[in-house]
Amino acid sequence: MIEITNVHKIFNPGKANQVKAVNGVSLSIKDGEFVVIVGPNGSGKTTLLDIVAGSVFPNPGSVNIDGHDVTKLPDYQRSKWIARVFQNPMSGTASDLSILDNFRLAAIRTQPKGLTIGINEAFKSKVKEKISNLGMGLENKIEQQMGTLSGGQRQALTLLMSVMDSCKVLLLDEPTAALDPRSAEIVMRTADNLIKDYKLTAILITHNLKDAYSYGNRIILMGEGLVVKDLDSKNKADLKQNDLFVWFG
Amino acid sequence: MDFYLSALLQGLCFSALALGIYISMKIFNIPDITTDGSYTLGGVVTAVLLTHHQPAYVILPAVILAGGIAGALTGLIHTKLKINALLAGILVMTALYSVNLTLMGTSNLPLNNVPSLFTLINLSINPNNNAFWILAIFTVVITLLIGYLLKTDFGIAMRATGNSESMIRSLGVNTDRMKITGLALANALTALSGYLISQFQGFTDISMGIGIVIVGLGSVIIAETLINWLRITSVWLSLVLVLGGAVIFQLVLAVTLDIGVNPNLLKIVTAVFVLLIVSLPRLSSLNKT
Repeated sequence: MIEITNVHKIFNPGKANQVKAVNGVSLSIKDGEFVVIVGPNGSGKTTLLDIVAGSVFPNPGSVNIDGHDVTKLPDYQRSKWIARVFQNPMSGTASDLSILDNFRLAAIRTQPKGLTIGINEAFKSKVKEKISNLGMGLENKIEQQMGTLSGGQRQALTLLMSVMDSCKVLLLDEPTAALDPRSAEIVMRTADNLIKDYKLTAILITHNLKDAYSYGNRIILMGEGLVVKDLDSKNKADLKQNDLFVWFG
Repeated sequence: MDFYLSALLQGLCFSALALGIYISMKIFNIPDITTDGSYTLGGVVTAVLLTHHQPAYVILPAVILAGGIAGALTGLIHTKLKINALLAGILVMTALYSVNLTLMGTSNLPLNNVPSLFTLINLSINPNNNAFWILAIFTVVITLLIGYLLKTDFGIAMRATGNSESMIRSLGVNTDRMKITGLALANALTALSGYLISQFQGFTDISMGIGIVIVGLGSVIIAETLINWLRITSVWLSLVLVLGGAVIFQLVLAVTLDIGVNPNLLKIVTAVFVLLIVSLPRLSSLNKT
């Protein structure tokens, strides 16, 4: 599904503040794999995710998604395959727009945004039905502005929005970092269910080692812009939570 | 009373401008100074084509196109060359001054002796009523078009672009192209106000656009204060309030002149009035604490 080949990224090359964020990473992620990436700050996790999403371009290196070479495609053209949940709940939703408007845009993520009105009664009931599955009681608030909701509610809705249109790859960049423990748990469980139900290929970046242990079927440790450890589903199953703490020791 | 009627008519002429500023300022979050130039450009294109006896069905699209190109240029400079939007607008506005002067060939072009929108269409015998109905219909049509546009999928994407760029890019929208389109639309609307004012006042002047952006900003800020105060989320109501803002703004200026304030002080009155409205929410919250 995702082939990352010999990817490098240096920010501010040749200047005093030069940063080698990613230092030659090659990864092959199979269809339906749920990869968890852990690693200390500055190990290149987010940059690697940005390279997959297309908001950062590798130099050199190539990215292949679902058999297409997307190395030169910007983020808005990769939305055909990729849905994203950001660390900051504000980044994944538009605060001043209603929940309904946000969902409308998500429902046409892979399609052109035309000059017709797409929100009708049928669409409203579809959104209500999807939202009611969250069990947050938000289904009667779809006309409300997104900005009136809490961070946890927004992250959960962002997750739902990602499967409103056909989606193959889900990128989760520390989706629960800004949330309280209870909301974080709801968001992570929602993500896990969606990934299973829709058979998505997913990459999760997290600093929460409990989540890294509980979720996903492959785990990667990054350090200094390189892949340090890479455990497939069998080896991850044998992994104990304490082993993860030792990685960071 | 005529005084207030003409203020109302001017307000209606400025409604397109106010909607344009609403799009650039409120929807895209871009303070667009191109306005001063594209407003005059609208008036200049109107005057030049009218004095060359071009028919109305040529003039109107030409004005829209001219304004659109001006806005698209600002958008291109801002997005492709990554230049601050304010500076991009100032650059295009400055360049437009020469363009306008070259197109007109003179700094002032009278339109009294050529047939205009207001003499070609006769809806009432009274010229003031006639102008009122023409402008009212014009305003209603533009508002309906913009309101519809903002309700479409494209319009929602437009509103999201100014709100959460990372989100809308991840949902497959080219935000650069969206901003260029939005600024083109905003300045096409602004040029339409120039088109209306030139024919309404019977001349086009090279300096008619100086400070006009504040008229649009004032209208939008009046509307925004009301929108926040009344907690309005409806797109339609917001647009109606922007139109109301344009008319209120002109009426306030009319009152100022009516109570005998020196016309030379009109710009300072305008600035203080806008300042007052902007600071009103903050001043009232200061009182409470």
